[in-house]
Amino acid sequence: MSAPMSSSDTGTTPVTEPVTDPATSASESAEREPLPGAAENTGAAPGAKPYAAYLLGLADDAMVYAQRLGEWMTNAPQIEEDMALGNVALDLLGQARGLYPYIGSIDGTGRGEDDYAMQRDEREWRNVHLVEQERGDFADEMARLLWFSAYQVELHTALTGSSDDVVAGVAGKALKEVRYHLDHASLWVVRLGDGTDESHRRMQAALERVLPHLAELFDDDEASVLAADLGAGVLPSTLHDPVVARVARVVEQGTLTLPDGSRWRSRGGRAGIHSRPMGSLLAEMQHIARSHPGATW
Amino acid sequence: MYGNDVIDPNEPLNAAETDAYDAAAEHDDQRGGRDTVGGDFDALLAADQRIEPRDEMPEKYRETLIRQIAQHAHSEIIGMQPEGNWITRAPSLRRKAILIAKVQDEAGHGLYLYSAAETLGIDRQELLDRLHDGKQKYSSIFNYPTLTWADCGAIGWLVDGAAIMNQVPLCRCSYGPYARAMIRVCKEESFHQRQGFEILWTLMRGTESQQAMAQDAADRWWWPALAMFGPPDTGEAAKGGHTEQSMAWGIKRFSNDDLRQKFVDMTVPQAQKLGLTLPDPDLRWNEERGHWDFGEIDWDEFWQVLRGDGPCNAERIEHRSRAHDEGAWVREAANAYAAKHPSPSTSPSTSQESAA
Repeated sequence: MSAPMSSSDTGTTPVTEPVTDPATSASESAEREPLPGAAENTGAAPGAKPYAAYLLGLADDAMVYAQRLGEWMTNAPQIEEDMALGNVALDLLGQARGLYPYIGSIDGTGRGEDDYAMQRDEREWRNVHLVEQERGDFADEMARLLWFSAYQVELHTALTGSSDDVVAGVAGKALKEVRYHLDHASLWVVRLGDGTDESHRRMQAALERVLPHLAELFDDDEASVLAADLGAGVLPSTLHDPVVARVARVVEQGTLTLPDGSRWRSRGGRAGIHSRPMGSLLAEMQHIARSHPGATW
Repeated sequence: MYGNDVIDPNEPLNAAETDAYDAAAEHDDQRGGRDTVGGDFDALLAADQRIEPRDEMPEKYRETLIRQIAQHAHSEIIGMQPEGNWITRAPSLRRKAILIAKVQDEAGHGLYLYSAAETLGIDRQELLDRLHDGKQKYSSIFNYPTLTWADCGAIGWLVDGAAIMNQVPLCRCSYGPYARAMIRVCKEESFHQRQGFEILWTLMRGTESQQAMAQDAADRWWWPALAMFGPPDTGEAAKGGHTEQSMAWGIKRFSNDDLRQKFVDMTVPQAQKLGLTLPDPDLRWNEERGHWDFGEIDWDEFWQVLRGDGPCNAERIEHRSRAHDEGAWVREAANAYAAKHPSPSTSPSTSQESAA
């Protein structure tokens, strides 16, 4: 069992100062129950499948976003930013790699990280649409990174109190990373918002474009409800308000406006229903591995 | 980190893993006695002391170093492209992570070298403009394409291996900031070279098509790697090039031909271990010389690529210029913001605390 979340889990700059007491996050109040399939790594126990599906959602979000961020290297506005976005990609890749083999032990398949990353078809991926969207301009990326890292800060803050020690461990490491991601995105959103007329216009437009893809992060699907009930996961809807508050603070400091709700919203990612860019992303990511069945790299 | 323990981690794979590197790094640590020499350029050179930014130096020395350090920095930045091309397609997550970190290192080396050049009184923006305008060059090797995954291995093994062979002597370069940059860069390049070797090692122990992929990459990269050391500069060819002056200034310590021979001698046994055939029918051990003989390099091709007519010259500069131009509004915004908010707490510098 992990220690309760400490009060040191707070942002380090005014821009990312937390707006809620992390101790009130969802998983902390949940009853602790034995985890399905986690204790014995032999085959899937009852309830293990939805729990594995919950974790797969977390891992796939990180994996797919790492893949998108990797596209920035050699394409960023300055060389420092090639490095910074490479850092974020590496961190997210590490989070996914930390989870995949564990998921393989829970779902009873014994699959390893490359089985998950390279050998699954589109319908088996459980990431949200937000992370699979094609790379836009730099403002688009900072809008996406701001929202996603604010979400991940709240998520991992809550998960450090998970009843599943493996998940708590991954979250504890990830939390240090995603705080930096949030800090980085916040600095850029503020700079672009309060920079030139052009950068303000572009940043505002990016905040509008990302909007339809946010609701999915906070959907309580069946798997997340089960994981939260176990005390191992966190109910996504409980993250909504603190995440919005974090983002709103940055947006305001950047003299920008948080747009109102979108007319449409993406949905289905957690059920393996993806948007058009996902197929191409997987084709690119997987084609070498799949062209050489059984090969070691 | 090696899947197969037949690669001996204690056996040197590149020049940064040899005594020459250790000696250079140690030499740097133990350098003393500068105070007794005084500040005269020639006296400092004669006493094997480093020239530092505050020292007086001949204008030609300064220009030569700016050209060389800038070209080196540009090579790191352009060199991100051929391998960056494979980040989204790396065949395993472990390889993807290693590749991202490698391309990141190259960006870091570029920044480090631009900073070294800036100590000579020129700024990074000016150097980048010269790169984009084609007024300054980068290593011609990056004008070759990366066609398969095995090319990431061949670049690490051969291109980084050749680069390290060139750079280890530069750890003792007379210009302090450049020498210190090289000590650090060589260490990281050494990891890259091992990673490249290990990519090929794994391929050569894989399926038939993986072996073919590795052999094809070695076939395409061997000769361009040998050409990286530059045109012949010994014997008759010594006249007219930069080598003589650079040696007198303590910038260059070995001729192109010497370094090339060292590289061939170090690399041929490695190719044998890998199980690769190097594409040179004239390659044979010369007992008398105590070196490997090798065939004639196609210098016509070298000059053709150097003059701009290589497979990827246009693509590399176009890519670099496009990224730079697309980012102009972002850099302008950062400057505008900094001007509005001059306090240090809002400066655009970003924390690297989670550097992987």
